[in-house]
Amino acid sequence: MLDSKIPSGKLDDKWVDYKGHCKLVNPANKRKMEIIIVGTGLAGASAAAAMGELGYKVKAFCFQDSPRRAHSIAAQGGINAAKNYQNDGDSVFRLFYDTIKGGDYRAREANVHRLAEVSANIIDQCVAQGVPFAREYGGLLSNRSFGGTQVQRTFYAAGQTGQQLLIGAYQALERQVALGNVTMHTRHEMLDVVKIDGKATGIIARNLITGELEKHFGHAVLICSGGYGNVYYLSTNAMGSNVTAAWKAHKQGAYFANPCFTQIHPTCIPVSGDHQSKLTLMSESLRNDGRIWVPKNLGEIRKANDIPEEDRDYFLERRYPAFGNLVPRDVASRAAKERCDAGHGVGTSKQAVYLDYAAAIQRYGKIEVSKQGLTNVSADEITALGKEVVKEKYGNLFNMYAKITGENPYEVPMRIYPAVHYTMGGLWVDYELQTTVPGLYALGEANFSDHGANRLGASALMQGLADGYFVAPYTVGNNLADAIYNAAIPTHPAFEEAAKKVADRIASLKNINGKQSVESFHKRLGKIIWNECGMSRSEAGLKKAIADIQALKKEFWSDVRIPGDINEYNPELDKANRVADFIELGELMCVDALNRNESCGGHFREEYQTPDGEALRDDENFMYVAAWENKGEHNWTLHKEELKYEMIKPSQRNYK
Amino acid sequence: MSHTTMNLKVKVWRQKNATTPGAFVTYDVAGISDEMSFLEMLDVLNERLITEGGEPIAFDHDCREGICGMCSLYINGKPHGPWQANTTCQLHMRAFKDGETIVIEPWRANSFPIVKDLTVDRSAFDRIIQAGGYISVNTGNAVDGNSLPIEKAKADDAFAAAMCIGCGACVAACKNSSAMLFLSAKVSHLALLPQGAPERKTRVLSMVAQMDKEGFGACTNTGACEATCPKEISISNIARLNKEYLGASLTAE
Repeated sequence: MLDSKIPSGKLDDKWVDYKGHCKLVNPANKRKMEIIIVGTGLAGASAAAAMGELGYKVKAFCFQDSPRRAHSIAAQGGINAAKNYQNDGDSVFRLFYDTIKGGDYRAREANVHRLAEVSANIIDQCVAQGVPFAREYGGLLSNRSFGGTQVQRTFYAAGQTGQQLLIGAYQALERQVALGNVTMHTRHEMLDVVKIDGKATGIIARNLITGELEKHFGHAVLICSGGYGNVYYLSTNAMGSNVTAAWKAHKQGAYFANPCFTQIHPTCIPVSGDHQSKLTLMSESLRNDGRIWVPKNLGEIRKANDIPEEDRDYFLERRYPAFGNLVPRDVASRAAKERCDAGHGVGTSKQAVYLDYAAAIQRYGKIEVSKQGLTNVSADEITALGKEVVKEKYGNLFNMYAKITGENPYEVPMRIYPAVHYTMGGLWVDYELQTTVPGLYALGEANFSDHGANRLGASALMQGLADGYFVAPYTVGNNLADAIYNAAIPTHPAFEEAAKKVADRIASLKNINGKQSVESFHKRLGKIIWNECGMSRSEAGLKKAIADIQALKKEFWSDVRIPGDINEYNPELDKANRVADFIELGELMCVDALNRNESCGGHFREEYQTPDGEALRDDENFMYVAAWENKGEHNWTLHKEELKYEMIKPSQRNYK
Repeated sequence: MSHTTMNLKVKVWRQKNATTPGAFVTYDVAGISDEMSFLEMLDVLNERLITEGGEPIAFDHDCREGICGMCSLYINGKPHGPWQANTTCQLHMRAFKDGETIVIEPWRANSFPIVKDLTVDRSAFDRIIQAGGYISVNTGNAVDGNSLPIEKAKADDAFAAAMCIGCGACVAACKNSSAMLFLSAKVSHLALLPQGAPERKTRVLSMVAQMDKEGFGACTNTGACEATCPKEISISNIARLNKEYLGASLTAE
């Protein structure tokens, strides 16, 4: 059994006690300690800023041309916090409870409680930084609701909340760069973790402009490189999002936890053809006001607007009357897939459902009429007023939809379908966010700890910033207090060895000189995993997928073609490094999914479902975190962390 | 819905690295669906170049949903191409006609040196932010988020300025390669909020000085920046910047 180092005491007191008793590093010593941070999204940028402010010497790395590009920027809907500004009964406990329940009882109570506790501080910090959250006319912060909750606790900045939060963290980071506390390495990719005596002491990073391999020492290494959704090729992740840093950490001894827990987001723009390079999310906030439906009749050929009410099946409202269109993501995605598989899908591919704003436009139009005290208003005028309100709330999302599809969502219902969006699994970490390799930490989406088997909307931004601003600065310091006698090591044989290993691997990739492009392998990998380890999984399918991935790996390493040279700017080489890691991770995802003989959250095994098609958990046998240790090619050992629920009694999730 | 496929010519700027001179190269691209995005059209071309043993065209891109600001490209003489309020990654091929020749260039500005082909170095923008594009508040210092109400109109204006994605289209569009729209968006965002007030004067002076040091040109109010900005950042921000700068210059100690 793994030791997650959860402090003793009552759940409410654990974090307070921890902070009160953890070891500190005095300011003079902090200046001598170097911290490496890989990735500059919400987790990485906030950690770099916060640790720079404390006086540590921080070295931050990102593969993009600026830390402001990290994919946190694309998060649309919002960020949760237990502020209870709406007086609707929210509290730290409720945010904690909703997150544990939403995660289908596969998250660690102590971590999630801490997350709920610091959530309010995040909002305060961001407001102080100048993040322009949406406000009411009275000048106070506005909230909206998200899936899996019955309170309004989501703070937002139109449909660009991630952008505004990231820009806030980026500015805080650049301030530390200006002060000389943080050195920023853009267009760099971490290609290995360096260990001395079993402890993480630095990284090998490749300068993506020159191809040069650089050796960087650190008293601690923080992996903040995000999730691995791009293993599916088609996902809502950015094109460059990758698992490489986390995977290298895994190969150096960090256990990888619950890799099969992936989130398929219900509201994305459907695939239009084989050329498709990525999928675009339509924010979950759209489910606040939009209604999801499919035609009742099989073989329906009428246009959406011509189908009368009685021939429409609002399947989420029908199946889940209590939560309706705001059921959690895993439930909504599976329900959409079920309808499409049953032949009720819409659009040319028949792999889509409608997200309809007609009712919301009418409702808002009527509210406006009453607000403005208008009389003798025509139906057209009501519609026009309603459209104005919808435009103010969701205008940027509607525009994006129109640009991609060429259709006007104010006039015809949007077509949506589930797509890979987020990965709950990641590097196993203890309460201090430390992996199984001492000195090596994982923050944000790169770790596994807070969302169990399914993440609730608006919780990813919360976790990234919680880890970076408010958790890591304490927990990393606690462990560094004992390292103050260790001076920075400028050179060591371990660095030379690691750099040589990386150089050899790059050379062998380049020397394959085969016929097929990196992209073509990535597409094939994505198809295998989407089909067998996507929205529903089965024993036979997973076994086949494992064999297919192993064969694909062989083919990749004998027939991939990487144009250009090693020692220059070469995006194809960067991609090849990443896809090689995705292939290995893909196999582990299937191994994990095959091991987990139950359905929970985003992991749905066809063999384990209730008579009405809901996920069937097996708490007796699977109430654990599956943490995998790498033992060489195609070989992993399972370690379990038992999940103990002291505060919450697990039950079947019920959104009916 | 019916979809068409087209055959196009693309004339692309190819340049091995910052020091080697570049040139235009023309490629035929066949079978492009009007449903594809512009970058997917380049993906198709690159896939072909790789399998034919050639070198793919390097271009910056990441989120492909119009928000990260990484994609660039000067398409047929316009930054981010023909559509209004749009980034290159959101441009779709239905904007073009069968048989058309599309000219693709990198951002052209001395302050954005070319890295390779269509990829440029925009780190000057990061350095302008480092010069003062932030509010100095250490983590943990903040008061309750609702302790300071902010007039909705002001908060909305600050948000409208903060929407800047730092892509550099404003610089590329400007005949003087001026970065005034980018800079003014940040100065406005922070000057409009009460939290930004304490550093208001030093911020604008120091950011303008850094912009000049990076070699960006002067603003002559042609409005080309506003016309091409994918996030429709208003040129009125430049007026505000000038006001802020003048005020700060006159009263600075």
